[in-house]
Amino acid sequence: MAISREEVQHVAHLARLEFSEAELERFTQELSKILDYMEKLSELDTSGVEPTYHALNLANRFREDEVRPSFPPEEILSNAPQKEGTSFVVPRVIK
Amino acid sequence: MQRLSILEIREKLRKKEISSREITEYYLSRIEKLDPQIKAYLTVTREEALAQAQAADEKLARGEELPLLGVPLSVKDNICTKGIRTTCASRILENFVPPYDATVVERLKEAGAVILGKTNLDEFAMGSSTENSAFFPTRNPWDLERVPGGSSGGSAAAVAAELCAGSLGSDTGGSIRQPAAFCGVVGLKPTYGRVSRYGLVAFASSLDQIGPLTRTVSDAALLLQIIGGPDSRDSTCYPEAQPDYLSELEKPLPRLKLGLPKEYFGEGLSDEIRIKLEESFRELEKLGFELREVSLPHTEYAVAAYYIIAPAEASSNLARYDGVKYGLRLEGRDLLDMYKKTRSQGFGAEVKRRIMIGTYALSAGYYDAYYRKASQVRTLIARDFEEAFKEVDLILTPVTPTSAFRLGEKTQDPLQMYLSDIFTIPVNLAGLVGLSLPVGLTSENLPVGLQIIGPHFSEPLVLNLAHRLEEALSLNLNPPPE
Repeated sequence: MAISREEVQHVAHLARLEFSEAELERFTQELSKILDYMEKLSELDTSGVEPTYHALNLANRFREDEVRPSFPPEEILSNAPQKEGTSFVVPRVIK
Repeated sequence: MQRLSILEIREKLRKKEISSREITEYYLSRIEKLDPQIKAYLTVTREEALAQAQAADEKLARGEELPLLGVPLSVKDNICTKGIRTTCASRILENFVPPYDATVVERLKEAGAVILGKTNLDEFAMGSSTENSAFFPTRNPWDLERVPGGSSGGSAAAVAAELCAGSLGSDTGGSIRQPAAFCGVVGLKPTYGRVSRYGLVAFASSLDQIGPLTRTVSDAALLLQIIGGPDSRDSTCYPEAQPDYLSELEKPLPRLKLGLPKEYFGEGLSDEIRIKLEESFRELEKLGFELREVSLPHTEYAVAAYYIIAPAEASSNLARYDGVKYGLRLEGRDLLDMYKKTRSQGFGAEVKRRIMIGTYALSAGYYDAYYRKASQVRTLIARDFEEAFKEVDLILTPVTPTSAFRLGEKTQDPLQMYLSDIFTIPVNLAGLVGLSLPVGLTSENLPVGLQIIGPHFSEPLVLNLAHRLEEALSLNLNPPPE
């Protein structure tokens, strides 16, 4: 097994996901199989090879910092599951 | 009105042989009749489409000439449409109604297009069969027991079954080209950065690209002309203006050197695909092009690199679905519990699988071994192409190892599904142009696609070669009558 059940549980927490026992079992097996396949990459010597994070070598593109039209708050809030005035509402964070 | 291309429709509209209302109603009635079986659409915007058609007819009557005036199209449902729900085929966005249009949609509308609706996909464009849609799978018009490919399966099926004149899809690892091949239509993934991603729901930002699915190569050239070009709202969008693709199609081609990478024609490629490709290679030789073998030695590592990089980017992009700003929310004991319940209920299995792979690959202690390593291999794959393009002008490959597979055939084994993307993934990793052209049918009457790969911004050349071969083969593929 490339990944343990405990690790899967830990990664799920990092990703803000939770699994049932059955799902945990299935994901551990599937992820192990997939990660085993990824091991293929270690066959390659990549020392000294620059990583590519972007297919085109475009530099940062700047524009003038000027006021442009933006969305009115009510449009931005129109899809919010819970809102109050011009705010998104979340469960209480501070006890 | 049957089997018209976009250019033919445009011609008939301009000559007043048909009205936009008539052609729009033609597609709407086909959707009504056929889509209950094919299930290409998640949302049909009948009223809006008829209103757009009426507006187009008024403009046509006034003699206005816009490049897509009155032409009915569809759009993949991960591309934002103002006031029309955009679900990404996910429960988490089931009721999401964007307050804005994606740049590509804005440009379609400015060009006068009629939008018939939003097409089905694998949830968040993650999949190769459209079976990962949270709502329902789409079926292949050539054989309803088979998948249309994915993730732009709804768009490909809609074009093949004549439920629209053309469609926009998105391609992160083959999601335009593979369904185009499975459904017998033309699919173009432009150079990374050629088309603005503003308003495309992000999956893997360094790989995602929007492109057309159409009946003909000329139609793909026309749609790219409309949707492509600089956009200040996407900083990864290439700042240079586009050439005129349709006039480029008419230019005579020199004796191009076309490369056949030996790694793409080995084991695992079905004989039927090989035979059809070889037939089209002979056509190309007859047209005066020179074919020669080339090597892309790191091909076998592409799937592993891609299935680290794409999930890593996805795990970061999909962190935004937290039940706060839009989309589904499930109540929880506290904020953390709300996040977990919302995301666990809202995402389907494949999306969770990729978020897990990506989170793992980026997590402390594993970053160098997985994400950095995969990004280095990405460099090696891009260099393979650079070397090959020193010897040849364009590269020809299969799009898929097999023709369309059956529904359910690969859903139990995610890795097998991933491996079916082997011929399309390297193009995204290197940011190249890839076009899928139908070149024939197997003995089971299933379409076969040829992939033409070109260097960055070689769209004119790729389209031109595809157009020559399309004319020479003169296939006019149509699925069996419904």
